Amino acid sequence: MERGRNLQYFRDIINKLPKRIKILVAKPGLDAHDRGVHVLMRYFRDAGLEVVYSGILATVDEIVQTAIDEDVDVIALSSMNGAHLVHFPAVIEKLREKGASDIIVVGGGIIPEEDKPKLEAVGVTGNYGPGTPLEVILAHILSRVIKEKFKLDIKV
Amino acid sequence: MITTNLFKEFPKGYWKKKLEEKIQKRNTISRLYNKDEMEKIFEAEQTWRKEVYEQWVKERPERKQKFETDSGIELKPIYTPYDVKHIDYLEDINFPGCFPFTRGIYPSMYRGRLWTIREFSGFGTPEDTNKRLKFLLEHGETGLSVAFDMPTLYGYDADSPRALGEVGKMGVSVSSLKDMEILFDGIPLDQVTTSMTINAPAIVLLAFYIAVAEKQGVPLHKLSGTIQNDMLKEYIAQKEWIYPPEAHLRIIRDIMEFCTKNMPKWNYISISGYHIREAGASAIQELAFTLMDGFTYVELGISAGLDPNEFATRLSFFFNSTMDFFEEIAKFRAARRIWATVLKERYGVKNPRALLLRFHTQTSGASLTWQQPLNNIVRTAIEALAAVLGGTQSLHTNSYDEALCLPTEEAVVVAVRTQQIIAHETNVDAVIDPLAGSYYVEWLTDKLEEESYKYFDKIEELGGMVEAIKKGYPQKEIIENAYRQAMKVENKERIIVGVNEYIAKDEKIVNVFRTDPEVERKQRERLEKLKRSRDNKKVKEALEEVRRAFEDPSINLMYPILKAVKAYATLQEIMDIGREVYGTWKEPSIL
Repeated sequence: MERGRNLQYFRDIINKLPKRIKILVAKPGLDAHDRGVHVLMRYFRDAGLEVVYSGILATVDEIVQTAIDEDVDVIALSSMNGAHLVHFPAVIEKLREKGASDIIVVGGGIIPEEDKPKLEAVGVTGNYGPGTPLEVILAHILSRVIKEKFKLDIKV
Repeated sequence: MITTNLFKEFPKGYWKKKLEEKIQKRNTISRLYNKDEMEKIFEAEQTWRKEVYEQWVKERPERKQKFETDSGIELKPIYTPYDVKHIDYLEDINFPGCFPFTRGIYPSMYRGRLWTIREFSGFGTPEDTNKRLKFLLEHGETGLSVAFDMPTLYGYDADSPRALGEVGKMGVSVSSLKDMEILFDGIPLDQVTTSMTINAPAIVLLAFYIAVAEKQGVPLHKLSGTIQNDMLKEYIAQKEWIYPPEAHLRIIRDIMEFCTKNMPKWNYISISGYHIREAGASAIQELAFTLMDGFTYVELGISAGLDPNEFATRLSFFFNSTMDFFEEIAKFRAARRIWATVLKERYGVKNPRALLLRFHTQTSGASLTWQQPLNNIVRTAIEALAAVLGGTQSLHTNSYDEALCLPTEEAVVVAVRTQQIIAHETNVDAVIDPLAGSYYVEWLTDKLEEESYKYFDKIEELGGMVEAIKKGYPQKEIIENAYRQAMKVENKERIIVGVNEYIAKDEKIVNVFRTDPEVERKQRERLEKLKRSRDNKKVKEALEEVRRAFEDPSINLMYPILKAVKAYATLQEIMDIGREVYGTWKEPSIL
């Protein structure tokens, strides 16, 4: 795990991109543990991303609709409740149904190791736990956006 | 939304006056000290700083640019009598069991009775949790503490579409009196004290509990325990609300009235700083926001015509204990002093029992790491010791695997043993408030008190706690602090062992507890059966009465809800009526 990349490092990369990345941070289900997402949203914003927040208690339908209405590049899902295997794949499914599968989906929260491959298999990547360095999370998101959305070859 | 005038006018300017008094007092010298001697100490410290300390660090630089508490209070390398010269012993500290209770609320503290070991637990079906509660009682736990699952906390039944994937996950699933009967099966409710972590739907869960007790033949006035029922901190931090603030405050008022009349041993609000801290607050913010919530409930009770000399004896507190050892101890001491002082001065409370800040403590979940989880045993032990030295009445120690999952039985036993080791092997139970008189701890206690008054004043300026919440003020303060803390860890200004330093290669994940995936199905089936077998006409009539009480704030909701739960109306059936009458609530943007 590479370490030591600060906000300026990310800003320099983000400034080189053709468009400002827009990210929807969302908490599906009955999950009010929002400290982590609020910290991340401030970090993303300070790095130069445009951040939209679903608020707590968002339904899968609301999350997908917001993502489409706001034309986001990425959805970052957070679940601290153990309901990730229900809600994360449901978001992917709904995006497909709405023809919005080009939106990148990443996840995080309290996710047991053995659940990670199941989420990866449907396209939800990252799935980092509490205590993960913020830079690791941001680097993961940026790598995917740069490669999948901008088709660029920039190392993060 | 049915509006009702919940609060009387209380005089403004008290906090500002207290703050000014404190600042003025800082420049005085108490009767304990001699003025000349104080000046000598002051000068000697200056000389020592310049001629000894600075010379020393010139050769061997300090490890950090700035030393500070977890709350960001800058710290000197040493504290002397000069730093506490304004603090008077009898007036500000005094003896345990004596106003302002800085040293503890009871005269003999742990020499008489140890704190209650109270482990928060709940998962799966009521049968699963019933088994765990009995397991804990067998291992020497002295009080029960029940965790409910997310659907229950949000007032949804196990069969609600919103409950999908969440039934029994974070706590036990309870949708009806039937579930509650199973949960407490074989546990005599006149012999245990039960704490229930329940807020938005607390009125229904309390009604379930009362109904179970009745079936066991235990009368209301004998029931002893706690419901959390602290909605202000829900809006501030934990964010498990159902209705808008005024609606929940009206329900709390009804519970206060009911319990004051009928349940003299029941703590009906556990004013909680725990969640405020876990959401990212500093020690100062935890202290100030929690106490301000407490004062708001006192004002709610007085406005409802209740006597604070009576009802304030039933208000209890719930604090966090995290890693800044001395700041946490100072926080507990300051909390007792502020509470007693304000209740006496501002609310005219005369009954000494009503001035006591009784509190439960839980060690910090947020301080635990999934990396090298056995280290969490050490963290928890340090935090637990701080709570004990701070004079807690009951304590929950976290299990080392809780950054990963609900605790396994093995981990819970270690957590209970940690408390037993502190209680029986360290001898800290012998002398009350042993850190009193420490220049540092007394200075810090006083400093936290002053910082709290700053927040009280600010919140009054915003129109009181309810208005401050609607403006998102405490929420934003907490998140800003959480972000500052996170960036310190990110930049390694703050070291968390195993997370940003001393990282283990090939981290192995420990044994993980999983709730039974069948729970959701079992709970749905039970509910379906219940809805078929109960007297649905009786339920319908009882729910009509509940609706009338929701619509008319002059009717106490507790009575019709009790009647409805006894007819086996479900949690959601009752809470949904409130949703129709009051609507829901959306948090102000705190981005």
